[in-house]
Amino acid sequence: MIYMQDISKCYQMGSEKVHALNQVSFNIEDGEYVAIIGPSGSGKSTLMNIIGCLDIQDSGTYKLAGEDVSRYSSRKLAKLRSTHIGFIFQGFNLLGKLNALENVELPLIYQGVSRKLRRQRAEQVLESVGLADRMKHRPSELSGGQQQRVAIARALVSNPRLILADEPTGNLDTTTGNEIMDLFAKLHAQNNTIVLITHDQGIAKRAERSLQIVDGKIQHETYNGRDD
Amino acid sequence: MQSIQMAFKSILGNKMRSFLTMLGIIIGVASVVVLVSIGQGANQSVSDSIQKMGTNLLTVNINTRRNNPINLERVKEMRTLEGVAQACPVSTSSGTLKAGLQQYEDGSIIATSSGYDEIRNYSLARGRFITEPDVTNRSFVAVIGQEVAEELFGSAQVLGEIFTWKGYPFTVVGVLNEIGTSMVGSGDNLIIIPFTVGERLFFRKGINSIYVSALSAENVSIAQESLKTYMDALMVGASSSNTYNIYNQTTALETLNSATATLTLMLGGIAAISLLVGGIGIMNIMLVSVSERTREIGIRKAIGATRRNILSQFLIEALVVSLIGGLIGLGVSVVATHLLTPVLKMTLTISPSIAGLAVCFSIAVGIIFGLYPANKASKLLPVVALRHE
Ligand SMILES: Nc1ncnc2c1ncn2[C@@H]1O[C@H](COP(=O)(O)OP(=O)(O)O)[C@@H](O)[C@H]1O
Ligand SMILES: [Mg+2]
Repeated sequence: MIYMQDISKCYQMGSEKVHALNQVSFNIEDGEYVAIIGPSGSGKSTLMNIIGCLDIQDSGTYKLAGEDVSRYSSRKLAKLRSTHIGFIFQGFNLLGKLNALENVELPLIYQGVSRKLRRQRAEQVLESVGLADRMKHRPSELSGGQQQRVAIARALVSNPRLILADEPTGNLDTTTGNEIMDLFAKLHAQNNTIVLITHDQGIAKRAERSLQIVDGKIQHETYNGRDD
Repeated sequence: MQSIQMAFKSILGNKMRSFLTMLGIIIGVASVVVLVSIGQGANQSVSDSIQKMGTNLLTVNINTRRNNPINLERVKEMRTLEGVAQACPVSTSSGTLKAGLQQYEDGSIIATSSGYDEIRNYSLARGRFITEPDVTNRSFVAVIGQEVAEELFGSAQVLGEIFTWKGYPFTVVGVLNEIGTSMVGSGDNLIIIPFTVGERLFFRKGINSIYVSALSAENVSIAQESLKTYMDALMVGASSSNTYNIYNQTTALETLNSATATLTLMLGGIAAISLLVGGIGIMNIMLVSVSERTREIGIRKAIGATRRNILSQFLIEALVVSLIGGLIGLGVSVVATHLLTPVLKMTLTISPSIAGLAVCFSIAVGIIFGLYPANKASKLLPVVALRHE
């Protein structure tokens, strides 16, 4: 699913060059549940942006499902994002003026799915994350956990091959965070490929495998072993 | 289709701001439409009053005092020329009339001959008009307008009453029907007297101005031609070539039309500037909106919006704002013209072409001034937009 070889990304901060990612290499297989763990500023979000085709590396090779995306046009990348990748952000990133259902429908709008199908699919996904009774609520009328569920529903609505979550529990209390993590476990059980970014060891443990990243480099890899 | 729905959502989501943005366009469109229709209304009322004077009216002005070959007999001869219906000498003055203790100061005194009523389409409320014998006998008789009759004699019997001008007594033989006030002045302050009496009292000998009516509006050029031939024959041997002029109302109408057209254009131009200012307002608000919604743009791009999606979203938003503004502006101008019609005493009508033009112009303003912010929004990189807080 994901093939990364010697990926580097630099940012120019004034006169100083920041190596956000420094020669990162790893693979993620279809159906895997991988956590990327590291302290703040270690380059996790930068890595996620590259995996999610929101940004392009300075050097190295990145292949998503066997395709070298660094040569894609912005239009093709947008298409790829809407059909293949589901994003879940730390700050939920829902559109405040749209209700839960409309937020979830959005990716399908950009894919050109018909209104009827869109609505059907969005309702179905919202039900599956346990928000059947909150569809017409705006984000401001929902709790943090509910908002994150809407965001997850939005990520799932187009049946992506890859779910990318950047600190999905970062803004939630422990109980709600655990509920969200249970949801991820369920998604994994349904054979979704999940990349989870976190700075929390406890959260990372719930994935099959964790990649530890420090100062833009993969330090080591841990297999948490399957429960079964 | 989807973008239009999104645009409406976003406009409704921020009603106050959307309204303020529209206000510029509303004022712009309303002022263009109202000012242009005032210009056109002025044009209409000027040409109406000229029309009232009669489109088949011609005037001959004689510029020589010495050796003026025109006399009353010649004017009568003119009536027989091809295309000509009537011809009368005209001489004017003004002054104060007295009848007993009453006084009338705004009199417009016209000395002419019989037939002048036909030329000017005057009709009589009472009595008779000036006749041929009045002119030959130098009778001190007068036909007066409604206002004169009321001011001098009130509601009393008017025919046969006597008023004085310069100490000379005149007997009222006729009263004109009400003519009304037009752009070219009141028609009810007239005192019409025989031409020969006028010659004596105005201290002005000879005929310098002749009003001629053609048989019909179509005959104006034929009448003008035959008058020219007639006058040229009379003026043979005159020292200067510029001894007389013939004017017709069509020429006057054209001159006035071009003057009011310039006025309309000027008013429209001034108003168009305010529409332009409205457009800059749209651009300003759209730019603010783009930078405020950077994060939204980032989210939309992350979940699959292309540059084109974002571009059309913002462009349609600008378009919808300016179109709604344009339509409201049109509505405002309909109300405004209705309210202004009695105030300005002219019929203001909004011509469909001006309404269409103003709305098209407002759409163009929306596109032109929405393009830059929309393009800016669409070019944002998703990572940069998502980082924005
Ligand atoms: N757009 C940017 N411009 C400048 N520096 C950046 C930018 N994005 C990230 N960085 C820097 O790169 C490093 C890694 O950032 P990030 O990937 O956001 O870390 P994390 O998500 O692990 O907290 C940080 O030092 C950060 O300051
Ligand atoms: Mg981060």
